[in-house]
Amino acid sequence: MHIPPVSRRSAGKMLAVTAAGALLAGSFTACSTTGSGDAQGDVTINVALAANPQMKTAESLISDFEQKNPGIKVKFTTLPENDLRPTVTKDVATKAGQFDVAMMGSYEVPIWAKNNWILPLDNYAKNDPSWKQDDLLKPISDIVSANGKLYGAPFYGSSSFLFYRKDLAQKAGVTISQTPTWDEIAAAAAKMDDKSAGVSGICLRGLPGWGQNLASLTTVINTFGGRWFDENWQPQLTSPETKKAVQFYVDLLRQHGQPDAAKDGWEGCLQKMSQGTTAMWYDDTVFAGSVLGQATPAVKDNIGFAMAPTGPANIKSGWLWSWGLGITASSKHPDAAWKFISWVTSPDYIKLAGQKAGWDSIPPGSRKSTYDLPEYQKAASQYADLTLKSIQAANPTQPTAQKVPYTGVQYVQIPEFVDIGDFVSQQVAGAISGTQSVDEALQKSQDFAAKAVKTAGYLK
Amino acid sequence: MTTTTSRPATMSPARRQIAIRRRPSKHLKSVLMGLGGWLGSLLLFLPIAYMVLKSFQTEPDAAAAAPKLIFTPTMENYKGVFEAGFWPYAINSIIVVLVSTAVVIALAVPAAYALSIRPVAKSQDVLFFFISTKMMPIAAGIIPIYVIATALGVLNTLGILIVMHIGMNLPLAIWMIRSFMQEIPAEIMEAAAVDGASRWRGLRSIILPLVRPGLASTALLCGVFSWNEYFYALNLTNSTSTLPLFLQKFLSFGELYTAHVAAAATLLSIPVIIAGWIAQKSLVRGLLFGAVK
Amino acid sequence: MAKTITAPRPALLAPGLSRLERWKLRGPLLPALIFTILLTQFPFLLTLIYSVQNWNLLSAKPAVFNGGANFLDTFGDEVFWRSIGNTGLMTGVSTVACIVVGLGLALLLNHKFPGRGIARTLAITPFFVMPVAVTLFWRSAMFDPGFGLFGWFSRLLGLPAVNWLSEYPLAALIILLTWRFTPFALLILIAGLQSAPQEQLEAARVDGAGPLRQFGSILVPHLRPYIELTALLLAMNLVQTFGEIALLTAGGPAFGTTNITYYIYLKGFNSFDLGTASAFGVVALVITIALVLPALRLLSGIFQKEGRR
Repeated sequence: MHIPPVSRRSAGKMLAVTAAGALLAGSFTACSTTGSGDAQGDVTINVALAANPQMKTAESLISDFEQKNPGIKVKFTTLPENDLRPTVTKDVATKAGQFDVAMMGSYEVPIWAKNNWILPLDNYAKNDPSWKQDDLLKPISDIVSANGKLYGAPFYGSSSFLFYRKDLAQKAGVTISQTPTWDEIAAAAAKMDDKSAGVSGICLRGLPGWGQNLASLTTVINTFGGRWFDENWQPQLTSPETKKAVQFYVDLLRQHGQPDAAKDGWEGCLQKMSQGTTAMWYDDTVFAGSVLGQATPAVKDNIGFAMAPTGPANIKSGWLWSWGLGITASSKHPDAAWKFISWVTSPDYIKLAGQKAGWDSIPPGSRKSTYDLPEYQKAASQYADLTLKSIQAANPTQPTAQKVPYTGVQYVQIPEFVDIGDFVSQQVAGAISGTQSVDEALQKSQDFAAKAVKTAGYLK
Repeated sequence: MTTTTSRPATMSPARRQIAIRRRPSKHLKSVLMGLGGWLGSLLLFLPIAYMVLKSFQTEPDAAAAAPKLIFTPTMENYKGVFEAGFWPYAINSIIVVLVSTAVVIALAVPAAYALSIRPVAKSQDVLFFFISTKMMPIAAGIIPIYVIATALGVLNTLGILIVMHIGMNLPLAIWMIRSFMQEIPAEIMEAAAVDGASRWRGLRSIILPLVRPGLASTALLCGVFSWNEYFYALNLTNSTSTLPLFLQKFLSFGELYTAHVAAAATLLSIPVIIAGWIAQKSLVRGLLFGAVK
Repeated sequence: MAKTITAPRPALLAPGLSRLERWKLRGPLLPALIFTILLTQFPFLLTLIYSVQNWNLLSAKPAVFNGGANFLDTFGDEVFWRSIGNTGLMTGVSTVACIVVGLGLALLLNHKFPGRGIARTLAITPFFVMPVAVTLFWRSAMFDPGFGLFGWFSRLLGLPAVNWLSEYPLAALIILLTWRFTPFALLILIAGLQSAPQEQLEAARVDGAGPLRQFGSILVPHLRPYIELTALLLAMNLVQTFGEIALLTAGGPAFGTTNITYYIYLKGFNSFDLGTASAFGVVALVITIALVLPALRLLSGIFQKEGRR
């Protein structure tokens, strides 16, 4: 090849000249949608959202915002969680500037804030009294903040708890207490498991992904007394406690879990719970409303809720999560972006969503005032209090029995965790599917994690 | 192809007798072959028929443990597809397919022509260079392409998709068109090519009309690949994208999606399937690449 | 590359043309050639540059030269080699399966029977449906042990439903790919059969040769170039499999269905380790070239044997 060496920048230019200039200069501009202001002063803001049920409602109510804010148009990009993370991270990291507002999980907030990819929201919040910053639930607003500054406006906040079918429990002669242990749940799963009727004892996330099976599993590890790393960042994935926890999770899933478990994330379990093909489900509190909204009539009246089950270490094991909305540093319309964020995370929006789309589909767990709404109290009587209690019980600064050098309940708040977590989750999925043993999976995970933290400089 | 037959082409009367006597069992055999052919074809088609069937069911019906053959058909799923914002994606897909295929043909015809009249000593090498690019792992180039696209500000535009689809289809198109041109007798080719001044007119007025069916089937195949392309769409675009990305919408929200996906899949595949059915014969000729006749 | 391939046929145009004249002839080739080089060779050059840099998007640090560290990582990465193995397995088994099934069906469809045209048209349809769409459909309506067609069929036979995507994910993927690409093999192989030397076959038949011998001694040699061509075209497409993996199994469980394309995607656009992902790309390309060169020779063999015109 006789192409002379070129710098990255001039390389880009070269391609620009040939590709854009010679061929399709027209179509690039004609089809571009990055919404810059046009002659009338109209502004289009691009919003990236995770495709969860509550976001779907928000998308459908957007005309209310556009009515109240003439001149601002909102364009949504709704992506499945697994695709949202890469898409938005790519965009903010390369400052590509396709999105003005990005939805990010509480895991991303501190990392992105540190890299200056998103703007602090405190000043916007201060000048917008109707947004009522004081009304936010403290544990939730804490995890979407970094260095004492708010970076994400919580769209919803959540913990994890147990869903179960009261009628099936009764039929099997088991009672589920409000604060069950995992042993009780395993026994109940065995009794309620009814393969001939196509109902599994429990549904748990099995799909690989640090935000999928690993989230549920990590809370089980915590409450069994295990942890990801010790205080010196030595990985603890082969410790007896962790092994026991993972073995428990895998056995429960293989014996009484949903069939073909390694393919199901929360989406699959939500389908199964609402279609009545599983007797229990351990997952995010936010899906309580979704299940009741989608469930078949026979299922709907029989769903009960309980706190996240606990294990031998008796650690309160519910996780803590929030999807927050942030303004990207590359946004050209930060003020319009805030107006949208303010609208969609305001107390007024919650009321609007309740009235227009049903109280099951409001974004919960973000504001105290939500839980004072009489309509919501009535509609969510079964799970509202439990949600609040779970959120308040979670402790991201000390999630485990023994001390750890990291924060985060169902994840480890370091940038390298995506890599480590995805690897471990793949190995765990292998154990769930039965292609390898739990010991094998954990040994591989331990080695990978050790290498990763060493390379990153945590482990000396 | 010249064959060296070891037997005389005509049969002796005695042999002919044997051939006739065998007929009854031959008839049975051909019935069996026919049944087998139908069975195999239907087996391949079954998932598609099943998909079309499910597209008219309600979600709970589609998720029933035993396949439901008797049900009240519903158009809700199709309605749902259109309500989910089908048209912007469909229009994008149509633009990308039409523009990229047109450019591919416009670039491939002269290239294939030049390669047919062999101006370069190593024209065969050039051809193999083109086809070798199809074998590179697409992922090996996606990172620089993403970086360049970001630098140029063309992420999430149809332009970048069009350029990538041209690159993806060009080698195949050159090969196919060249193979159609090779079927033209050498004398006609020479008559059209040798006279320098009118060479282009020769291409336009003599060669092109001869390979027109070939061009159509080439364009069809490129169009199909472009219509179905997912990797570049996923990595280079999001809100301004083509139909394969539109389908992701049905995966989320934790709702049942089988019937919706079936409706969307049926709808998205109909144009391509019809085109494929019409062009199947000439498609084969092009795909043989002039390699075997 | 591919320097061993030489033209089997003498140049159409007389030698002794002037330089200008030659360039005039080459001219029409140049736009396509330049475009292809820019779009394929040039990004690869950048991939080479990135592959020796420590460049992680999440760290917000500028990319710096780090020598061969990424390549050391690549060679030491068990999953990378597993993904290479998976790529080979997926491509190889699917290719063979497509050809076997395609050839079997082609032999049946080569006989005249009522509705043959319609049967053939139905059989080639899977090749034209949108891959992403059918993958999603297969994921639930075919593979799901609860309500999928396969699960129902197993229960009908009194067997437990198979957990395809958890326990046999690679097999599930290969089934899907084979279903999708068999029509492609079928199209080419039917054409091959139709051009079979009829007199030879008839003569052999009259001679009392059974169908098996006819097949072995006449059809197979005749079909060989067609089969080679089919294998090449199939492998070319199958090696790039991405959407089916992303939507069916997300590469799992335990990276059991991660092929090289999907692993580079994960490293680059999920972990954002662009340096290492680029190194993956370079190594994968070297391996591909090592495998492709023989394949190209095979293809050139097809051309030479025919000795066209």
